Amino acid sequence: MINKFPAWKNLLVVVVLAVGCALAMPNLFGEDPSVQVSGTDRAELNEQAVERILSILEEYDEPMPHRYGMEEGQLVLRFANSDEQDRVQLRLRAELGRDFVVAVHQAPAMPDWMRELGFKTLNLGLDLRGGVHFLLQVDMDAVREQEVERVDGNVRNLLRDARLRFTGTEHEDQGVVVRLRDAGERESAIRRIRSEFPELEVTAMDAEDAIRVRISDDELEEAKRNALEQNRTTLRNRVDELGVAEPLVQRQNPDRIVVQLPGVQDTTRAKDILGATAQLEFRLVDEDNDPYLAQETGRVPVGSRLYQHRDGFPVLAKRDVIATGDQLTGASSGFDTETGAPQVNVTLDSQGGRRMTDVTRQNVGRGMAVVFRERVTETRIENGEEVRESTEVEEIISIATIQTTLGSRFRITNLESSEMARNLALLLRAGALAAPVDIIEERTVGASLGADNIQAGIMAISFGFLLVVLFMLIYYKVFGLVANLALFFNLVMVVGLLSALQATLTLPGIAGIVLTVGMAVDANVLIFERIREEIKAGNTPQAAIHAGYEKAFSTIADANITTLIAAVVLFSFGTGPIAGFAVTLSLGIICSMFTAILGTRAVINLIYGGRKVQSLAI
Amino acid sequence: MDIIKKDTKIDFVGRGKRIPALVLSAVLILLSIGALATKGLNFGIDFTGGFVVEVGYPEAKDVATVRETLVAAGYEEVVVTTFGTEREILIRLGPEAGGVDDPQADDAVEAQAMVSDHVLSVLRDQNPEVDMRRVEFVGPQVGAELVEQGALAVLFALIGILIYVAFRFQYKMAPGAIACLVHDVIIVLGIFSVTQIQFDLSVLAAILAVIGYSLNDTIVLFDRVRENFPKMRKADAVDVVNRSVNQMLSRTVVTSGTTLLVLLSLLNFGGEVIYGFALALTVGVIVGTYSSIYIAGTTLIVTNLNREDLLPPKKEGEDHENTESVPFQP
Repeated sequence: MINKFPAWKNLLVVVVLAVGCALAMPNLFGEDPSVQVSGTDRAELNEQAVERILSILEEYDEPMPHRYGMEEGQLVLRFANSDEQDRVQLRLRAELGRDFVVAVHQAPAMPDWMRELGFKTLNLGLDLRGGVHFLLQVDMDAVREQEVERVDGNVRNLLRDARLRFTGTEHEDQGVVVRLRDAGERESAIRRIRSEFPELEVTAMDAEDAIRVRISDDELEEAKRNALEQNRTTLRNRVDELGVAEPLVQRQNPDRIVVQLPGVQDTTRAKDILGATAQLEFRLVDEDNDPYLAQETGRVPVGSRLYQHRDGFPVLAKRDVIATGDQLTGASSGFDTETGAPQVNVTLDSQGGRRMTDVTRQNVGRGMAVVFRERVTETRIENGEEVRESTEVEEIISIATIQTTLGSRFRITNLESSEMARNLALLLRAGALAAPVDIIEERTVGASLGADNIQAGIMAISFGFLLVVLFMLIYYKVFGLVANLALFFNLVMVVGLLSALQATLTLPGIAGIVLTVGMAVDANVLIFERIREEIKAGNTPQAAIHAGYEKAFSTIADANITTLIAAVVLFSFGTGPIAGFAVTLSLGIICSMFTAILGTRAVINLIYGGRKVQSLAI
Repeated sequence: MDIIKKDTKIDFVGRGKRIPALVLSAVLILLSIGALATKGLNFGIDFTGGFVVEVGYPEAKDVATVRETLVAAGYEEVVVTTFGTEREILIRLGPEAGGVDDPQADDAVEAQAMVSDHVLSVLRDQNPEVDMRRVEFVGPQVGAELVEQGALAVLFALIGILIYVAFRFQYKMAPGAIACLVHDVIIVLGIFSVTQIQFDLSVLAAILAVIGYSLNDTIVLFDRVRENFPKMRKADAVDVVNRSVNQMLSRTVVTSGTTLLVLLSLLNFGGEVIYGFALALTVGVIVGTYSSIYIAGTTLIVTNLNREDLLPPKKEGEDHENTESVPFQP
């Protein structure tokens, strides 16, 4: 029994520990108060933009960043303290307006080469850094009703066009029942609906004059998915307005959306913006009057309104609205099948479609404008104070020429690029929420509590760690020292893995780490007690070490695997805080298996292995 | 250094010892069930739905005045308590508070979510220095789901562990493991019922961790029993269990001790938010240590575990000296 590790095992231990330490390293550099600027669909963040931003700071004699650069598509300006950060943030917000999103942020201060290699720092949960968490429920019943409404309109229009007379339609849960005036026309009506709308399930009912038109389950699921996705996009766009660094807008379950806004304290404003409704309107362009003249004189012709185009020129548009965003059921970018030119396909509901037909029939050759109206909060600096003002912004995002009479489905063509088509489609969709949302859960943590929580967590870990380390040292002497070393590296590895995996560290997560500190030594206790037993039974020190590790292994594995089962269940069940606890507990257990068994054995072998030993300090 | 003297021969599960232990456990369980039946648990808003607003004042604040302010603003059912220190105030409202007439909530969709903002603005009007520390709102539907998911989580954890124990050890050992877990969970719940300390999501997480921990102890004992049975040819189950418990006593005390050390640290420094969590774990570790000796050990005797049950299955090519322990094979 010589208790020597082969070179590869020693190497493995060294390599794993080194990797663990390297992964944990970025956390040692702390954070820089920084201001983060990112582009929007209105303006790209390119070199000119960066120059402009820096020149704004120079012009107003604001503090200059000690380090800046592009990080993952955003400009990060780092400052010495939070006062400078605050001043620059206000200045940039006021000067850049809505073209760029300006957010304050605690940027990891690790060196650039480290960041370029993809190293990450711990991702602190909202309960530690403060911020808002919302869980939004998307009203899927409303989506279903909208779909039924849409099908109802489409079927009515079709039958009317085909001169198949009907007495009425009734809404059902997932479709409509159509009653025909003449039962003899039923077959042809069914055929017409089927050929026009192959996605609908059309069946003859027992009553001779009735047809059931049903939306297929797949179709409905698709509509719900789209509604959720559109809501997510809309919310994402609105969150950008808030100027939050690292916001999270994520789908949860089939019908819920999580919004997390780190650092946000003003929940009223956050709720206002999330709940806001942007309005979209299709209007005829007034081509009989000169918009420049109207802008100059301020005299706007009766029946018209003066708007600004997003690209910066005035437009006169008729007061009458053709259709609104509420009536828009879909917008997607695509290509003309014949010419390959980019286009946007727009779908309106039946009501909007009818009105569109009526208006465009008489106005072929004229222009149609898309007006975008939304409430935005703007920040200004007034006497060094931050002033927020909520204003309604109206602007024209697109003008197209009406080529022919339009119905509920039409295309906007003659777009410069497919990029432009995509943006227009996004704007059309993003205007309104596809379905109403309810906030069903809110968790906001103030900055002071977040700081207190971090403080509490650090205290709990340090104190617990110290107690355990002292105890192990006194109780197991040299072996205790080795176990303490393992415990320390265990903590480092957990921090390193949490950083690399970007798992969120929460307060319960810290509790999980504290608990692992207590439980991780169990593996070593089992081994050391076993070694003591073996010595008592009259074995030589070398044999005792060997047998201790050997025999304790299956016990340790069994015990840890059962705890791991509980942790995995916790993780799969868990929402936010609970999942955080499960993650750190699992990582702690897995790392402790490595450090407490292989790690300590390598060190013990180094101390006692390969030579004659009279007694062990255990 | 030793805490437990070497070679202890304490009788843990002999007839004279296990009966009083069983009586003690039975009494504790009956008391717990009684308390759960009569007083129930003081569920937090995670499960009931509702509002929690925690605010901080620059100096100590009288709970009664805060309450009066809020009652005057229309929140009659409000519960106001201090939280940790005299300067931190915790305000609790039931989910029905969303119905309060609130001028800001003209947008009906947001009505419920606006309650916490309204509460904050009422308090700010009275004292502009109030600091928002925490706001939580849980809709009733979310709460109901969490109750269901929580119960399922405990159940799945139990089933998963049961399968593992039956697979790795012997089916006769599974009831012992489960008896322990049920025993521990009921007593922890009982303590939360008697003290009426709030039962929230983190406490549920702690209970699942207790399941893991308590099982850890039980498995360590079972492992030793499995190892000792074939070696002690003439001994009966009581002797084997006693011997195993004695052999593991030092380890059990040391591990429970270190875990309790860190938990005490968590109780002291972890702050009010995870107090319930730390408490559930502390109670769980103490009860779990006790139950792994008395309850798990006793169940092995009651289920009449014998040597034949634990003879390691013969495997081909496995004839080396290590027959007394079954190496772990993942």
